[in-house]
Amino acid sequence: MTALWPRIEPLLAGVEKPARYIGMERGALRPVHRPDGVSWLLVYPDTYEVGLPNQGLQILYEILNERPDAAAERGYAPWTDLEALMRDRAVPFFSVDTHRPAAEFDVIAFGLAAELVYTNVLNCLDLGGIPVRGEARRDEDPIVIAGGHATFNPEPMADFIDAFVIGDGEEAVGDITEIVRDWKRGGRVGGREAVLHELALLPGVYVPSMYEVEYEGMAIRAVRPRYPDVPDAVDKRTIADLADWPYPKNQLVPLIEVVHDRLNVEIFRGCTRGCRFCQAGMITRPVRERPLEQARTMVAEGLKRTGYDEVALTSLSSADFSGITELVGGIVDGQEGCGNVGVSLPSLRVDAFTVGIASEIQRVRRTGLTFAPEGGSWRLRQVINKLITEEDLYAAVDGAFSQGWRRMKLYFLIGLPTEMDEDTLGIADMARNVVEIGKRYTKGASCTASVGGFVPKAHTPFQWFGQNSAAELQRKVGLLRDATRRSAVKLSWHDPAASMAEGIASRGDRRIGRVIERVWRAGGVFQEWSEHFALDRWTEAMAAEGLDPEWFTTRHRTEDEILPWDHIRAGLHRDFLWQDWQAALAEHGLPDCRWTPCYDCGVCTDYALEHVVASPVAPAGGSQGTGQDLSVGGAVPVRLLSSKEAAGAR
Amino acid sequence: MRGEVGFPVRIRFSELGKVRFISHRDAARAFDRAFRIEALPIALTEGFSPRPQVSFGLALSVGHESVAEYMDVRFARDLDLDALPGRVSAALPEGIDVTGAVHLVDRAPALQESVTAVEWEIEVVTVEGAPVDGSALTDRIAAVLSATELPVTRTRKGREDTVDIRPGIRHLSVLRPGEVGTVLHAEVATQPGVRPAELVAVLGDAYRDLRVLRTAQWIERGEARCEPLDADALRAVEARAS
Repeated sequence: MTALWPRIEPLLAGVEKPARYIGMERGALRPVHRPDGVSWLLVYPDTYEVGLPNQGLQILYEILNERPDAAAERGYAPWTDLEALMRDRAVPFFSVDTHRPAAEFDVIAFGLAAELVYTNVLNCLDLGGIPVRGEARRDEDPIVIAGGHATFNPEPMADFIDAFVIGDGEEAVGDITEIVRDWKRGGRVGGREAVLHELALLPGVYVPSMYEVEYEGMAIRAVRPRYPDVPDAVDKRTIADLADWPYPKNQLVPLIEVVHDRLNVEIFRGCTRGCRFCQAGMITRPVRERPLEQARTMVAEGLKRTGYDEVALTSLSSADFSGITELVGGIVDGQEGCGNVGVSLPSLRVDAFTVGIASEIQRVRRTGLTFAPEGGSWRLRQVINKLITEEDLYAAVDGAFSQGWRRMKLYFLIGLPTEMDEDTLGIADMARNVVEIGKRYTKGASCTASVGGFVPKAHTPFQWFGQNSAAELQRKVGLLRDATRRSAVKLSWHDPAASMAEGIASRGDRRIGRVIERVWRAGGVFQEWSEHFALDRWTEAMAAEGLDPEWFTTRHRTEDEILPWDHIRAGLHRDFLWQDWQAALAEHGLPDCRWTPCYDCGVCTDYALEHVVASPVAPAGGSQGTGQDLSVGGAVPVRLLSSKEAAGAR
Repeated sequence: MRGEVGFPVRIRFSELGKVRFISHRDAARAFDRAFRIEALPIALTEGFSPRPQVSFGLALSVGHESVAEYMDVRFARDLDLDALPGRVSAALPEGIDVTGAVHLVDRAPALQESVTAVEWEIEVVTVEGAPVDGSALTDRIAAVLSATELPVTRTRKGREDTVDIRPGIRHLSVLRPGEVGTVLHAEVATQPGVRPAELVAVLGDAYRDLRVLRTAQWIERGEARCEPLDADALRAVEARAS
């Protein structure tokens, strides 16, 4: 083992934010590497400030280090200033825990939360002296793994990743450790092919080199496993009960400021609101709530251990947690023993209940509140199944302004299916109306409308939809700029060009691997950072590979087309997704199945799973604005935690 | 420190090793968390938006080490200062350690205004990182000390200013051979201030600093010259720790 610190240290005097590279966070573990164990390097392929707070990586870091046969360290993409010095002095990519060279690990695992980080994966491998393409790796090179939401379409990264973990990683990392451990101990018999073949037999693990893709022109004709024992399709991994996984137990506290710089406690995983544009909501079903008592304990102990004065209760829609009132109330009343603690709920619904919760947690400083109506008209919100009426929004906003808030921020998507200019312009109308409501209470009322270009994702009802071109998105941004000029509405928007690159990487097939490699070789790293992004690199790479960007982005797919990710399964029946796509086009909404009868999307039935909630009563405020009176009951298709489970789980 | 409620305390701490790469602001945040981890309540300012009563002394640049950093804190209740260094150090990042704490008199002048001189140890190497001979530096130091003016250019918010640092240099000498280069000992005033890198720059273009360590800060009032822990202590001797 070679510690690189003496060679890294002299470089740090010349770089921005050198503390990105020193590790030493409170909560950092001291991994012990044993020759017959498996060493993991867990990499978030973006800057330290973006990557450190990633909960998935922190969870696996703890789970692996608890195993006697594994040790795990962390790595983050070095910023371009340090990378230049590292390449100049031949210092390889390293871990921040013990500054160990990447190539000395048995497994390198990347967390892929989004697609634009793909080129950074190649850069980290190359900087580590590891061949970027899987086929070029030798037996002694690390096994390269990837997990995270983006891997639900693994194909664009198939050339570079040896094995993908689809779904929850908590259990899969243990299974992988055992296979790699035994292969190492047995003298690597059969070489890389043998260990990858074994990994391909694990539930939730997809090894792209075990599959052959046949094309017919631009279309995919078939995807076939190369061995009879390798499954035709890979089903995602799902942990049945969050109560069994109270991680991270020691959340890392970084020395420098990072995004989400606070204690984060995951209160549930999965979402059944069924917003049709939302990949996270579709692929993480069913809903698994953490028992209230366990959440309380994690908050109280986490605050004590970290010294943070703020906690975020994380999930895809935190106000839907069935114990939210009790949990928030306990924290703000100081019942958790820490006093003066701020609470943030990162994903708020748009309703009066949410404003009530918000006024609980922001007793002192009420400055800004954020809502996400996503679509500019009721018609369009039915299409995307974000069933918020304008009355819901205005009532929530009125409540917020009347209780002292001054700034509202509204999130919208543009380029949604069936969107007409009147829908787009509805964004400006809503934002203007919000300002008007605010003016009744305060002269300083303002509203920011933040618009992003919609990029369809795999395993959603919109996976067949041809996204808007960059020019069309730009035109819609222009409409909104004109419509909000000379008003108190502030408009902010994402670069439409980046939506095209994201579209290529999101719904591409294996042929996109060559494109990603070209973009990287042309210097395209940190593609999520506007100062490093240029669409030209992507279009030039597509042209060089003879691939038409429109085929992958703006083209509508047909029902019978084999999609590049059809052999990866998130549990959602293809029929269900297609029906939901047709329902979207017919402007039909679909209620939240947590509190209404099951419509059989496929996840619970196929995987023998159930929603796990802490209370049989739907949270106040209902769900999805469907107008149902949910608090009075009806059949609730959920498994309830027994009181013993709820009390005993820690 | 201003305010009547609470118990003002001056703390001395060191910042050594890898942790020297964090900023002054990061160090302040680390103390904030450490006080909360140890449940040491800080008194809040009065008024509409109460803020914790903590004030730091001179900033330490990113990359510089120190055994003489200071901060003033007003605690909400009286604390056992003998136990304080151990408790707070345990909750701080590795390399940051509290090495002393004293009760302050009420309304003691702020550290920022009180400290008038600081001492540094600066290990000098060539620009390429090669060793530097002590005797060569002795000659350069003599030339620097005999100069009547030492103009250096500072860039602040995009504007360039020329500052004469000669009046701020009180002492400069070769101290000992370092691990790689030669270690200098310097004492500089805080008004006008002199930065370690500027001291090295006036020695000549061929040199740069490798390690910079702040070894002392001084509060001078008339003839008296005190370490900040002694300057405005309520019961100086009693509360000194480690």
